[in-house]
Amino acid sequence: MEIKMDLISEDKINSMGSTEKLRFILDGVKSGNIVILEGGLTSEEQMKLIELTMTEVSDDFPGIEISGYQAKRSFFNLRRKPRLTVIGPAKVMRTIKKDKDLISAVVSAV
Amino acid sequence: MKLRKRRKGILSRLLRALFFRKVPAKIGIYGPPNAGKTTLANTIIHTFVDENEDIGVSTEVPHETRRAVRKEGVLIDLKSKSVQNPYLNVSPDSNVTSTAEQKPREGKSKLKLDIVDTPGLATKIDFHDFMAFGLEEKEAKKRAKEATEGVIEAIKWLDDIDGVLLLMDATEDPYTQTNIVIIGNLEARSIPMIVVANKMDLAEAAPQRIADAFPQHTVIPISALKGENMGELYMEMARRFR
Ligand SMILES: Nc1nc2c(ncn2[C@@H]2O[C@H](COP(=O)(O)OP(=O)(O)OP(=O)(O)O)[C@@H](O)[C@H]2O)c(=O)[nH]1
Ligand SMILES: [Mg+2]
Repeated sequence: MEIKMDLISEDKINSMGSTEKLRFILDGVKSGNIVILEGGLTSEEQMKLIELTMTEVSDDFPGIEISGYQAKRSFFNLRRKPRLTVIGPAKVMRTIKKDKDLISAVVSAV
Repeated sequence: MKLRKRRKGILSRLLRALFFRKVPAKIGIYGPPNAGKTTLANTIIHTFVDENEDIGVSTEVPHETRRAVRKEGVLIDLKSKSVQNPYLNVSPDSNVTSTAEQKPREGKSKLKLDIVDTPGLATKIDFHDFMAFGLEEKEAKKRAKEATEGVIEAIKWLDDIDGVLLLMDATEDPYTQTNIVIIGNLEARSIPMIVVANKMDLAEAAPQRIADAFPQHTVIPISALKGENMGELYMEMARRFR
């Protein structure tokens, strides 16, 4: 079985509204893709994504796996800027090792 | 719009902090499934309310708690004898006694809080996991559904919470996305938090790993089950949530 990866640019993500963005990600993941976001999601967006995911968990969609780097606070900007976020179907993706600057995940076809 | 809503949240929190000190702060116990949230809530209630009262059931099955439960008006008394040793079975460990010497100042030793035990937060809920604990398929699916609702409820409760005890199982890797997301949200909303490294009674417990993963936060190691080091946690709660 093949697994598709979608690498989404920051510009594309920023062009979407918050609901549209989460819908776009979850639709991708529900159809079995690994979605990688340049620029990433904020913690608040990730919490919203978890909430949305929970409303759509079913017998054959147990949920998602998220991995990402912790947001960085730039010197001039008080807002924390998220970096990269990876979201995949929990059925196929599993994070095996993760620290501040390295994420190791396995993807296995079911 | 989103930003304004959040600012209002911070403002009303501030106003409440300034003028409505009579209303006890609502302290949410958050964390991943099985961290020991209900065990901790029960230990707090046994110590300060009634040793026979439980807020909920604690088991080794994840997502045991699937509804948030609030216990109102728990009076934390730092001078209470039982604070140091609620179950009278703790060895007088040297690091446990350190806080006993730090006597709280007169009149500052009591603190009334609402304690909210929340369902464990997770990004996935697979009914097969419940079947592995011996549940029938139908029952496991029902439980999975309730567990998803529990996660949503825990997230919604964040809007009403004034402080958080973020519980982690000290025998497990703390640097998980769920922990990072909870911390990020609390920081964004300026909700005060204490990171609690639970299950320190187990040989594999490594509270230092938690402290290393989240260096910007206070980490208190405890055993909610054995009642170890609870005095230090209550002291920190009094400092942080007053
Ligand atoms: N050894 C040890 N076990 C603990 C401790 N605290 C909790 N446990 C055990 O961990 C398991 C989970 O405890 P709970 O209190 O149900 O955990 P929870 O965080 O409420 O879990 P959910 O409600 O499912 O999210 C139970 O088997 C507890 O007995 C502790 O300090 N030490
Ligand atoms: Mg519980």
